[in-house]
This record gives sequence, C-alpha cells and structure tokens, in this order.
Amino acid sequence: MSFFAHLAGALLVSPLFWLIVAFIVSYYIGKARALRVVNGNSRDLHSLPGFHGSYLGLWTALPGILVLTVFTIAFPQLLNSALAREFADTFSLLPELQQQAFLRDANAIASGGISSSSDEVRLAAGAYAASFRATANWVLAGGLLLLAGAGFAYAYNQISAAKRTRHVVERVSMGALIAASAVAILTTVGIVFSLVFESYLFFQKVPIFDFLFGLHWSPQSAYEPAGASAAELAEAASRNSEVFGAIPLLAGTFLITLIAISVAAPIGLLSAVYLSDYASQRVRALAKPVLEILAGIPTVVYGFFAALTVAPYIRDTFDWLSIFTESWFGFVIPASSESALAAGVVMGIMIIPFISSLSDDVINAVPQSLRDGSAGLGATKSETILKVVLPAALPGIVSALILAISRAVGETMIVVMAAGLAANLTFNPLDAVTTVTVQIVTLLVGDQEFDSAKTLAAFALGLLLFCVTLALNVFALRVVQKYREQYD
Amino acid sequence: MTDFVDMSGRARAADLHTSNDAHERLKVRYRREASFKYLGMSAVLLAVFFLVLLLWTVVSSGYLAFTYNYVSLPVTLSQADIDPEKTGDAAVIGNANFDAVVRDSMSAVFPFIEGRQDRRTLIGLLTSDAGIQLRAAVLENPSLIGKTVNIPVQLDDVADLYFKDQITKRETLPTTGLLTPSATSGTITLSSSEADFIRVRNVIRDNIAEQAEVMNLRIAGKRRSQARMEGDIASMEAQVAGAAEPERSAIQLRLDTARSALQGVLAEIETMGQKVAGIENRVENPGVNEPVTSEVPSFLVKLNGGVVKITSVTPTGVVGEALVPLASATPVPAGQWQLDILEKPEANRKLSDREIVWLDELGSKDIVETRFNSVFFTTGASREAEQAGILGAVMGSFFTMLVTLLLSFPIGVAAAIYLEEFAPKNRITQIIEVNINNLAAVPSIVFGLLGLAMFLNIFGLPRSAPLVGGMVLALMTLPTIIIAGRAALRSVPPSIREAALGVGASKLQAVLHHVLPLAMPGILTGTIIGMAQALGETAPLLMIGMVAFIVDVPGGPLDPSTVLPVQIFMWADFPEQAFQQKTSAAILVLLAFLIAMNAIAVVLRKQFERRW
Repeated sequence: MSFFAHLAGALLVSPLFWLIVAFIVSYYIGKARALRVVNGNSRDLHSLPGFHGSYLGLWTALPGILVLTVFTIAFPQLLNSALAREFADTFSLLPELQQQAFLRDANAIASGGISSSSDEVRLAAGAYAASFRATANWVLAGGLLLLAGAGFAYAYNQISAAKRTRHVVERVSMGALIAASAVAILTTVGIVFSLVFESYLFFQKVPIFDFLFGLHWSPQSAYEPAGASAAELAEAASRNSEVFGAIPLLAGTFLITLIAISVAAPIGLLSAVYLSDYASQRVRALAKPVLEILAGIPTVVYGFFAALTVAPYIRDTFDWLSIFTESWFGFVIPASSESALAAGVVMGIMIIPFISSLSDDVINAVPQSLRDGSAGLGATKSETILKVVLPAALPGIVSALILAISRAVGETMIVVMAAGLAANLTFNPLDAVTTVTVQIVTLLVGDQEFDSAKTLAAFALGLLLFCVTLALNVFALRVVQKYREQYD
Repeated sequence: MTDFVDMSGRARAADLHTSNDAHERLKVRYRREASFKYLGMSAVLLAVFFLVLLLWTVVSSGYLAFTYNYVSLPVTLSQADIDPEKTGDAAVIGNANFDAVVRDSMSAVFPFIEGRQDRRTLIGLLTSDAGIQLRAAVLENPSLIGKTVNIPVQLDDVADLYFKDQITKRETLPTTGLLTPSATSGTITLSSSEADFIRVRNVIRDNIAEQAEVMNLRIAGKRRSQARMEGDIASMEAQVAGAAEPERSAIQLRLDTARSALQGVLAEIETMGQKVAGIENRVENPGVNEPVTSEVPSFLVKLNGGVVKITSVTPTGVVGEALVPLASATPVPAGQWQLDILEKPEANRKLSDREIVWLDELGSKDIVETRFNSVFFTTGASREAEQAGILGAVMGSFFTMLVTLLLSFPIGVAAAIYLEEFAPKNRITQIIEVNINNLAAVPSIVFGLLGLAMFLNIFGLPRSAPLVGGMVLALMTLPTIIIAGRAALRSVPPSIREAALGVGASKLQAVLHHVLPLAMPGILTGTIIGMAQALGETAPLLMIGMVAFIVDVPGGPLDPSTVLPVQIFMWADFPEQAFQQKTSAAILVLLAFLIAMNAIAVVLRKQFERRW
C-alpha cells in the first residue's frame, strides 16, 4: 500500500515521532530501573514504578518537544531573514509585495514546488533556502539528540527509592491540563488579535468612518498603487475610501436576517408551544427528532436547496405573475434569481429548530403551578399560554430570538450560494442583495496578494461580524439575567 | 356570604355565566382555543413539510447519480491496429490509437451514419474518455487483442440522462390507419389511411397559439408603459420650454434618454406584434404544409425498422426525414407502426432528435446496461460529469477529521477535566468559562479568518491542506467537547472520587482512573456530535483554500485537497444537469455519514448512560 509507505516515510523523518518513541522507551527503562533500585521490592519506592518511568520519559522527551515547537514556529522567519540578508542586493530593491513573492518563490523552489518565475536569482535563492533548511535540520537533530541524552542521563541518576517522582509527574500533568484549558483563551486572543491587526492595516488605507458609513461597496474597483510614491498613495486613499462602504452589506444582512426571523420565529415558537403544552407523548417523540434532524443538516445542503430549488421557484412564480400584472396593471414584479427572499426563507427554515428548542426549554421551565393556577381560574389552555406562560417565559424567548438573529447574521453558506454579489442598497426582498459573510468569502477565495486592500477589507468585515455577534450574544445573556423570574 | 361586586359597586347579574351572551362568549373562547391549537399543529407540520421537501429534493435527483448507463460496445481489437509487431509490450499497446478503435466500433453499430459531422455527433454520445477506458481494459487483459469482444464504455452524461428519462417526456399517440411510406431513406412522405396526423397538427396549433397568447399579454403591458412614457415625455417637454439654463439641459438630457427608451419599447412592440400576427395567421389559416420547427414538440414515426422525424404536416399525411433508414417501403397496418411525441421542443434540450433516435437504436440492440456508478466512488474531481467522483473529497474529509479528532479530543478532555475537577473557583476560571461559551457562538467563518491569518500567514503552513483545515475545525469543535465533557464529569457522583481518595489515590489518580472512565461515554457522545458538526462545516475551509479544483486523491494530511461539503458547494455551481445530480448524491453520502455518526452517539448514550 503506497499510503502506508507514504505514512511510514513521513514518520521516519519526523522528530516528533522519534521523541515519542524516546518517551516510550525511556518509560520502560525508568520503570525497570526503579524496580532494580529497590531489588524488585516495589513497596520500598515512594512512587509507583510507572511514575518513575514517566519521570524519565518526561525528562528525555519534554525539553525536545518544547524546543521543537519553538523551532517550528520560528524557523520560517529565520529562513526569510537569512534570505533577505543573503540576497540583499536584489531584495532591497523590490517593493514590499514583491519581496514576499520572492520569499515564497525561494521556498517553493527549495521544496520542489511551483514558483511564479524562475530567474537566476530566484534559483540561487531556492538553492540557498534548501541548503539552509538542510543545515538547520541537522542542527536541530543534533540538538534534540543532545537534549534527550542529557535529560535521560540526569533523570536516570535521579531515580531512587525516596525520589518523589509522582509529584513531579503530577505537576507536569496538571500543567498540561491548564495548558489545554488555555487553548480556549488563546483561540479568542488569536481571533481578536488577527482581526484587529489586519483591520488596523485596512483602516490605514481606508478611514474607519468611510468604511462604516459609506453607501457604496465595489471592492473590484479598488485601486492598488504600483509604487509607493506619495501621489499614488494619496490617489489610492481617495479612491478606496469611496468603494469600501459597508452600509449596503449591513442592509443586505439585515434584510435577509429579517426575512429569516419572520419565517423562523412564528413557526419555531408555535411548534415549541404546541409540543410542550398540547402534543401527546407520541407526537412529541416523533416531532422532536424531526426538528433535531433539521438542526443537524449541514448549511451547505440548505444552500443547495435555496439556490437550486427555492430561488428558481420564486423567480418563476414572479415571472409568471408578471405576465398578468403587466397586462392588467402595466407593471412587472421583477424577481432576481438570487433574491434575498430565497436565501432568507431557507435560512429561516434552518433556524426553526434553534428557536424551537431554546424556547421549548424556557417554556418548560415555567412552573406547572402557574398553569394550574390559571386553569383553576377558568382560563382555556390558549389563554393560559398567551397570558401566563409566554409572559413568564418572555425573557428566555427574547434571548432565544436574539441568539437566532446572531446565528443568522453569521451564517455563510446559504447566502454565498443563494444570495448574490451585487451590493444593492435596497429593501425589496425580490432584489439581489449581498451580505457581510458573502463578501468575506468572495474577497478571500481565490489568489490575492495578502496585503491588498481587498483582503484586508475581508478582515475588517470579519471584525464587524465578530463584534455584532458578540454584542448580540452578550445582550441575550443580559436579557435573561436581568429579567428572569426565579420561581423556586 | 358577600355578593360578587364589580368595580362600579353594582351587584353582578345572576346570569353572568348562563346568559346567551355568556354562551356566545364561551363559544368564541373555545373557537379561539381550537384555532390556537391548530395554529401550533400547523407550525409543526410546516417544519416537517420543510424537512420532507428538502430531503425529497435531494433524494429525487440524487438517486439517479448512483447508477450509470454503459454501452457494451462490440469492439474489434485487431492485432494490426493495436500491436502490429506482436510485442505484447504494454508501452506499445498503450500507444495504440484506441480512439480510432472506438470510432470504428461505433460506426459498425450505425452503418447508415455517414458524413464527418454526423459521425462526430455519434461519437459524442460516448464519454470523451472512451478510448482511455478501452485502453485500460486491454492493458488489463492483453489476450483480448485479436478478438471481437463487448467492452462496457460509459455513455456521455447527457446520453445517460436520456436513459434515465430526464431529457424529455415522451408519449406514444394512438394510430389507426394503414401507413404508406414513399421511400426508405432521405426525405420521406408518409400517408395514413386514417386521420392519424390530425393530432400532430393540433398539437402544433395549440402550442403556437399559447405562445401567441403569452406574447399578446406582454404586448399589452408594453403598450401601457408606452403610454406612461409618452405622458412623461410630454410633461418634460413642457418643463424644458419653461426652464432656465442649468436645469434646462439636465431635463433635456433626461428627455433624450426617455425618448430613446420609448423608441426601444416601440421597436419591441413592433417585432412582437409581427411575430404574433404571423402566428395568428398560421393558426387561423392553416397552410397546406404546416412546418414542425424546433420550437414545438418533436414527432417521430417508427416503421419498418426505421425512424422518421416529421418535418411538416401536409393535408394527406406528413413529410419527414429518415433518421434511421427503413428496411422497405411496404405499407404498414395500424399497430405495427408508432407515432411518438417528444414534448420538450428540440431547441430547449441538450440532445437533438437525431441523437435521441440513435440512442433508441442503441437501446433496442440491448447493449445499453445500467450499472452501479462505481466511478462516482473511486475518482477525484473532474470537469467531465461522467468522470467526476467523490473519493478525493471523502479522503480529504477523512484526513481533516482525523486531525480534528487528534487535536480536539485530548485538548477538550484535558480542559474539561481541569475546569470541572481542579480549577479553583476564581476570576480567571470564570473568564475561561464565559469565553468558552462565547466561542461556541462565534460564526464559523471567523474561525476561517483566524486560520488564514494565523496558520497560513504567520506560521506558513500550506494552503488547502487537511492539516490546517483540521486545526481550524478543532478550535471550532473544542467548545462543544469541553461543554459535553464537563457535563459528563459532573454527572459522576462524588462518592466515586471520595472512595478513590479514601484508599490513597492522589486527586489526579482518582480522576484519571475512576471518574474519567465513568464519564467517557458521555464525553464520546459529545465528541461524536462535535465531529458531525465539523464534518458538515464549509465556510471556514473556504478561507484556507480548500476550495481548489484538485484532481488527485490526497494521500496524506499535507496534500492539497478538498472536503465533501466544499465539493458539494463547488458542484452546485456547475450548470450541467448531471452535476446537479452528483451534487445531490454527494449530499446523500454526506448525510449518510452524519446519520451514522449520530446513530453511534445515540447508541452510546443508550448503552452506557448510567443513572446514579
């Protein structure tokens, strides 16, 4: 099997694999050593033999793993600065964008990939990069071997009956647990950092005010200065500030979200009420999984449904209606084949289960005594629900609706597939509109220079999206905390 | 006892609850109750209807892609054509012109087709890969050389759709007369002893009459806009006369635009009017020879082993073109000839009448067979619908999920253990907790931006690689696993921990040896659900370049690849009908994976769930 040969080849040159092997081997050596120290009488050991094994293994492998991590992260920068130094004559003359292209090409040539051009300097740079990488790999291998050997020798001699290896191992394990918890924090930090940093670069090219309140969005007419002269930069700034206005995108997002919520809110809410207060056990057992299936369908499937079934249906319906309206009233109802209506309705279907399950929870949390009290006063079931249960559950329902809005705002695939790219500032649901997420995808799919205003704009839009959804989520949390009634 | 007293202090009428008014009120209230109940019920039914509609849309077009039609083409593999020196060398055999062999074999099946153009059309009914498929078959079994064998060759995607009845609706009209053909090939006049061809004439007349009706409605609308525009122009002309200079030229400009728009509308009305007049004339005064154009349904007559396509209807019969020559020109009694209507006009379909007739010929020779579409499951992407498969995307998804699982499961479980069992209840852990809940609500596309900025641009990891996709999805799945893991750990009763601590285990040992194994089913359930979400995720993977067109099946997590949902996204954009069905089929495969994963999660929960 070529796949396993491929895999084995990759493993044999991977330092991480060898470090793991070293850990396993030294674990058994350490375990045996601990038992030998006490002549096989494991009761004399402070810690179990396994802890001694892990202790030796950690000393052997852990420093290497840390070094390897640092090396992996730092190496590309190291290589690039070495390249810049070595080929300073060519490199310093290039503008910034082409400097990056140069480095990419050198790396590509070094690893036998495809480069944009292959002039002599680039080939030389590629050869240099390859030899630099080879040298670095040898140095790394030697260093890791040395570290592992030293760690092994130290810890091997440390193993004794009284050595409290369990404490060491448990402290390291605890450190690993804490590090794992920190990943969540690091993710948030990473998101905020990358979004804010790239957006900051974008706002240097386009003023934040023009971005947030501009009425015109057409990034394809953005201007990228070829050089860096003051005149060109000024030209770019004045032109770009006019084409990156986010209002049409926000309006489109708002329109589609509005349609989605007006489909999902009544259906979701009514089915939650029906399932919790009217339906028999059998119906509930049947209907709940159906809603869960709706929730489990990937969004790309909804997008397919919207683009290939709903959108053409809506367009054909209005085309057909137009024939009559035109002859009777003299106007047509033009429906775009990428209408906001199609995307909105399908997105509404997608968030029905979201609203129904969240409101189901809050409706069920309303104590039975309230219902019984209302029924005791002679109210019908619907009166009880409308005048007692829903008001009591209102904070939860409002928060569910806000969360649903947040989900609709951030939803990508349905709108990418069914809504258009035309940034129309309109509230006609039959027109094509575009949304924040559609534009992020459009700007970033395909090969663009990373530092162009267009790609940076995607990050600014991402920041906008992140802030809006975060604000909505926090708001939803607040609503519940502030207005929730405590019944028990 | 006190009497009931209302706000105004008057005693309530004794018949408050028994009067006719009260009965009416009660009726209204009960009616409201019932309608509210039905409203709720219809909401649930609507949700169910949406699900059924969605699934039906996918299944009804997707099931077609699981089978494919092959022609068992009788191929003569002459030694002279393929390996004249009898070397038996694979390189020599591989270099032979198999396209020519396929071409000759097709011509042998259709000896009556002559002319370059027609032959090219004929060959187009097979996949463009036919030669390559034949070569593969011969290389696999060189002993075939020198024999005539039936080799299965894929049809073209449109031809395949024809055999799946997706191209046009087809009906056989009843016939009663004795049919007399005038010749056996070329242009043939067919005359029937009964009025069999009246229907053809009627169908054509109805069809064009309908077209005229629609056009008349359009013209009426255009006339209205014409009237409105003329009014506008008149008022603008009045304004121009009275306006001062700067406004005057602005209005003049608008006036000019309006005038040219009016001209356009008038021209449209003119052309449409002429067309309608032509059609109406045709409907009212049916000519002696009514032509059957490609804008109306097609009619085929089968007789004497041949097929005639009707090109015009005459008072006594029809004139047609023999697409398959007749065996003889003898008259045919009713019941032995057949009049078919292809309801979709030729101009509106991808397959011409000629190709349809040839395909029928293939079908009548019993060499077309429907097989399981194994190509779909064993190849990567392709621009040709018949050769495109999902294996590349499935492998890409597999590697991506592998990376996601390897990263998110250990990290998620470790974080859940720390937060649930060890973390002191202080500000920092509270922040972590809020943070995890917030991360779960961050739009997935933002994770894609993180992957692009961090993993690709700062760490320099390769674009389009499952490794990066897996890392991004792992970060996305992490909150789900942590939340599920904490819930599972919380449900293990404290007595377990206390017993472990009581016999001398350290806190870590108590958790790892006793609590964690008991919580594992719950954690695994959460993990599987998280992985199922990740498997269906598309948007973040678009950001990191997994949307590229990649033909090769990836062999590892560093090879450029795409994933199943992204493949669905890309195929959904292709205009060919065959790709639409492939998209649906790929969706079905994806849904099958998701259902399997969720079923495993349900079984795990049912099997190992413990109530303490």
